[in-house]
Amino acid sequence: MGRLEANASPESVMKHIISLLLENESGALSRVAGLFSARGYNIESLTVAPTEDPTLSRMTIVTSGSDEVIEQITKQLNKLVDVVKVVDLSEGEHIERELMLVKVRAAGKDREEAKRMADVFRGHIIDVTDKSFTIELTGTGRKLDAFLDAFEEGMVLEVVRTGASGIGRGERILRI
Amino acid sequence: MEMTGAEITVRCLADEGVEHLFGYPGGAVLHIYDELFKQDRVKHILVRHEQAAVHAADGYARSSQRPGVVLVTSGPGATNAVTGIATAYMDSIPMVILTGQVPTHAIGQDAFQEVDAVGITRPCVKHNFLVKDVRDLAATIKKAFYIATTGRPGPVLVDIPKDVTTSRCEYEYPDTVALRSYHPVHKGHSGQIRKALALLLEAKRPMIYTGGGVVLGEASAELAQLVRTLGFPITNTLMGLGGYPASDPQFMGMLGMHGTYEANMAMQHCDVLLAVGARFDDRVIGNPKHFAQEERKIIHLDVDPSSISKRVKVDVPIVGDVKDVIGDMNRLLATMAQKPDEAALAAWWTQIDLWRGRKCLEYDRTSALIKPQMVIETLHRVTGGDAIVTSDVGQHQMWAAQYYGFDKPRRWLNSGGLGTMGVGLPYAMGALLSNPGQTVACVTGEASIQMCIQELSTCKQYRMPVKILNLNNRYMGMVRQWQELFYGNRYAESYMDALPDFVKLAEAYGHVGMRIDKPADIEPAIREAFARKDDLVFMDFITDQTENVFPMIPGGKGLSEMILV
Repeated sequence: MGRLEANASPESVMKHIISLLLENESGALSRVAGLFSARGYNIESLTVAPTEDPTLSRMTIVTSGSDEVIEQITKQLNKLVDVVKVVDLSEGEHIERELMLVKVRAAGKDREEAKRMADVFRGHIIDVTDKSFTIELTGTGRKLDAFLDAFEEGMVLEVVRTGASGIGRGERILRI
Repeated sequence: MEMTGAEITVRCLADEGVEHLFGYPGGAVLHIYDELFKQDRVKHILVRHEQAAVHAADGYARSSQRPGVVLVTSGPGATNAVTGIATAYMDSIPMVILTGQVPTHAIGQDAFQEVDAVGITRPCVKHNFLVKDVRDLAATIKKAFYIATTGRPGPVLVDIPKDVTTSRCEYEYPDTVALRSYHPVHKGHSGQIRKALALLLEAKRPMIYTGGGVVLGEASAELAQLVRTLGFPITNTLMGLGGYPASDPQFMGMLGMHGTYEANMAMQHCDVLLAVGARFDDRVIGNPKHFAQEERKIIHLDVDPSSISKRVKVDVPIVGDVKDVIGDMNRLLATMAQKPDEAALAAWWTQIDLWRGRKCLEYDRTSALIKPQMVIETLHRVTGGDAIVTSDVGQHQMWAAQYYGFDKPRRWLNSGGLGTMGVGLPYAMGALLSNPGQTVACVTGEASIQMCIQELSTCKQYRMPVKILNLNNRYMGMVRQWQELFYGNRYAESYMDALPDFVKLAEAYGHVGMRIDKPADIEPAIREAFARKDDLVFMDFITDQTENVFPMIPGGKGLSEMILV
């Protein structure tokens, strides 16, 4: 989406997972997305949905940048009036999960291979035709990447990924 | 009491204490204008272009502690306002802009005069709202004023669909606002303040650099006390001029691209820097890599945490209200036994005096042509240095900043961040309304003034006796200067051809016009103009076309790499 700040040298650029609570109001999402594009910050993925409190949405943004850029990103996010709380989950122990739906070719000899792959990666086959399987898979982004890489060229017909959601480990809680 | 949305809008403004509303009517806001017609608590100022409404409200706010308020219609009313809103946003000016919107049921239908005002202005407002239900209207307007005027100030836009202005509900204007996601910081962290003072007292070559935050934060008195107690040199940014008295011997002049030699050299070579309400922007420190070549400790005090360590890494950040924090510093300093290092300070001032000896603002005072600098110096003399001076953008802006010498805050109004040509005249209008009886001068150029020249008509209608000093060099001077220095004298499209006769133009609008083309006539003309207390006088100074603004730091260069005369 954006591009990295020019002064960030490649080795200092780290992936970060930033979690926010924001007002569940129309326009709040565009304020966040607009901030990233206007200031040239990178977004790898962005997910958002309401929480147990319907007036609040929880957003997870996967971004990358030098420490200075990440510090600016969290400060700029905090400055948005619709943003209630910001935390960089990468600063502590956390869990990251992403859901992927993959349609793969499953005709003839590919059929057994596709089923075996789904089992190995603990995916579920959730739709079946005589030529294809649709597999549901959850995990870290890396696991999902590995799953896709494991298929032979041409077997993967369609991929839908949600982008990562994150939560702190143990007693770490993000709430107001 | 039950009221329509239009009545509520006007009542909210009155209950908020708004005295002046700058605007221009149109279809979507007709109900609101009808309610304005029926009351006399809020006075409406009819401009000739929505951009000028926002600039005038912005000038009103800059020259007072009160927010500027604007009312414009949907569609082109809102888009014309955008330049004004972005100008105010870049300089953190508190404003509330009310825009009309097509009725809620027509939103998204490409209706006549429909534009997504909230979407278009999102990147250039502190916050904005679309009010879809009349029951939210009063609370939203209250929130808008609260957000605009607290923390780091800024413009807030409220978009009001036409059907909301006819719907009815009970009116109640809230006394307070509680927003769970917005908590401006006031108090600075006491540990950080102690650390800052320890650094300042250890300093051998200290420097204080302050910006618009001191003016907006009403912290001039506290700052003056701190600077005098410490005995340190101080410089102001373009936006910070008047935050510290220019006539004080500790004042080093403005810093930055067209700052003084001594201010830029001291900034580059200091060992401890205290930055207050400033943001190290590209026009101030030039190339940040060059700035970082010299080692120094930086203390940065600002109300907005995102301004700290944005362009320059800071050693001691202090987030807080500048008035509050400097007040704390003064109190703490009074209790401390340690004093600044006198011997080191004396050596530092000796070095500074050597830099000052370079006399970087000298110019040819014997020229047969009018030197623009001389016009500004004469303006200072005639007005006793006590006028509110507005400017547009370009060479004249820099000369006004360099040569007027502002002793008080809120006397210097210009577009520092966005650099918007055309603000000068509407700023002067706003300043006159928020400072009745005050002398207001607009220093402009023949290019800038034409960007909002239509407001001469507004000035006539409301009898606004602005004194306009047009430094007419028949060029977009700053563009010409860059073309001379960096583009091999190729003056691409910077010559102002087919200029109007400004004297006749002023007269056509019902004002007084003067043309001045000899240095000897500068002072008599300015004296005569300012003696005409009730008239708008347009002084057209025919100046030396080749005069450039110096010192100058070329783009991408460092603070100590100035071009001098």
